[in-house]
Amino acid sequence: MLPTSTWARRMAERALLAATRQLLERLGAGVTARVWRLGFASRFFLYMILHSGVAFRRFWLTVREIYFAGVLSLIIILVSGLFVGMVLGLQGYETLQRYGSSEALGILVALSLVRELGPVVAGLLFASRAGSAITAEIGLMKATEQIAAMEMMAVDPIARVVAPRFWAGVISMPMLAALFSAMGIFGGYLVGVQLIGVDEGAFWSQMQASVDFREDIMNGVIKSVVFGIAVTWIAVFEGYDAAPTAEGVSGATTRTVVTSSLAILALDFILTALMFTGGNAR
Amino acid sequence: MKRITIDLWVGAFVAAALGALLFLALKVGNLAAFSTAQTYVVQAKFANIGGLKVRAPIKSAGVVVGRVTEVRFDNESYEAIVTFNIEGRYQFPRDTSAKILTSGLLGEQYVGLEAGGDGVMLKSGDRLRLTQSAVVLENLISQFLYNKAAEGKDEKAGK
Repeated sequence: MLPTSTWARRMAERALLAATRQLLERLGAGVTARVWRLGFASRFFLYMILHSGVAFRRFWLTVREIYFAGVLSLIIILVSGLFVGMVLGLQGYETLQRYGSSEALGILVALSLVRELGPVVAGLLFASRAGSAITAEIGLMKATEQIAAMEMMAVDPIARVVAPRFWAGVISMPMLAALFSAMGIFGGYLVGVQLIGVDEGAFWSQMQASVDFREDIMNGVIKSVVFGIAVTWIAVFEGYDAAPTAEGVSGATTRTVVTSSLAILALDFILTALMFTGGNAR
Repeated sequence: MKRITIDLWVGAFVAAALGALLFLALKVGNLAAFSTAQTYVVQAKFANIGGLKVRAPIKSAGVVVGRVTEVRFDNESYEAIVTFNIEGRYQFPRDTSAKILTSGLLGEQYVGLEAGGDGVMLKSGDRLRLTQSAVVLENLISQFLYNKAAEGKDEKAGK
């Protein structure tokens, strides 16, 4: 064997080893960073919960944020709810009338809205309408050093800025989901009963016979509370953690919408598995 | 924006949300129909309950008078014990019979009550004596097939 070829092979081996090592290092760094960030987010959450006394003692701070997170999201929630319900009415009727059971339209619309679509779609809309606004606001406060200024004045920015926004989101979300469901059922009623001509008595009475207050409506409310906590937690954390630059704030806003939407869908699957399959298996 | 205006809007928002929840509870759900009314508990033993589920309606003369609250297996008699709530304003004689019926051809199953003639009324915790099990389609078909086969044999024997 020629000495040059041995040398070339040794070099190739070394390069391969270095590449593998680099890959592993990058993987390790990525995982460590994510775990660290998750831990930071959890510590942030705990700190925020423990320091949310101000948000309740000076409730005006929270009310103001409910206005921004809840009242200003009303239009998009109500209009989307109406249209989702109307589409459910049309599509549901289309399928049900093939089997001659178009009176069951009320059940279909009410159950799918109250159990799933209400909390989930309202949560997704809330994440993109209010969550992104919260992140951008807190991120900009950080970029313009308002947060640092508060710390200089011995005002805890988490208690004064973050906690009221968090609680406002947690309070607003279930109310928005309930309004979404109610509006959707009204939309289904408009299309099903008024437009297509399903019998009105059967529409409501079949709905009432199969929608249970505790099993269906309360579980929907619990879902929306969980989504509210998840979305606002992600939103305030991303805002607080954003790099204090224009680029950092825009990146944090995007991350809020993506992460909280995925969190809603994942949580919804888990909650549905816990809530509704146990009852049906009996 | 002024504080008063924000307070007003938030108040309206909360009121609307409570209204929506109330609408869901009363008009969409069945909260008003049952949880406010006084109920009493009655049990019945069935040899086979078919597909009867918790929350299935209890009907008498086609009117919903209660709901199934629990279905469990009795390990001594190897039968099913069905517990159900009946609304307090509906009183039934003690010898009322219970049947498991199906709404429509393949619809959901419910318990049908047929009033007896006893002067004493059912109390909470009573057990119905006369019950009739659910019709299981497979048993019905096999019975039908056996009958047919028996008929065929008779015809052959008669020849």
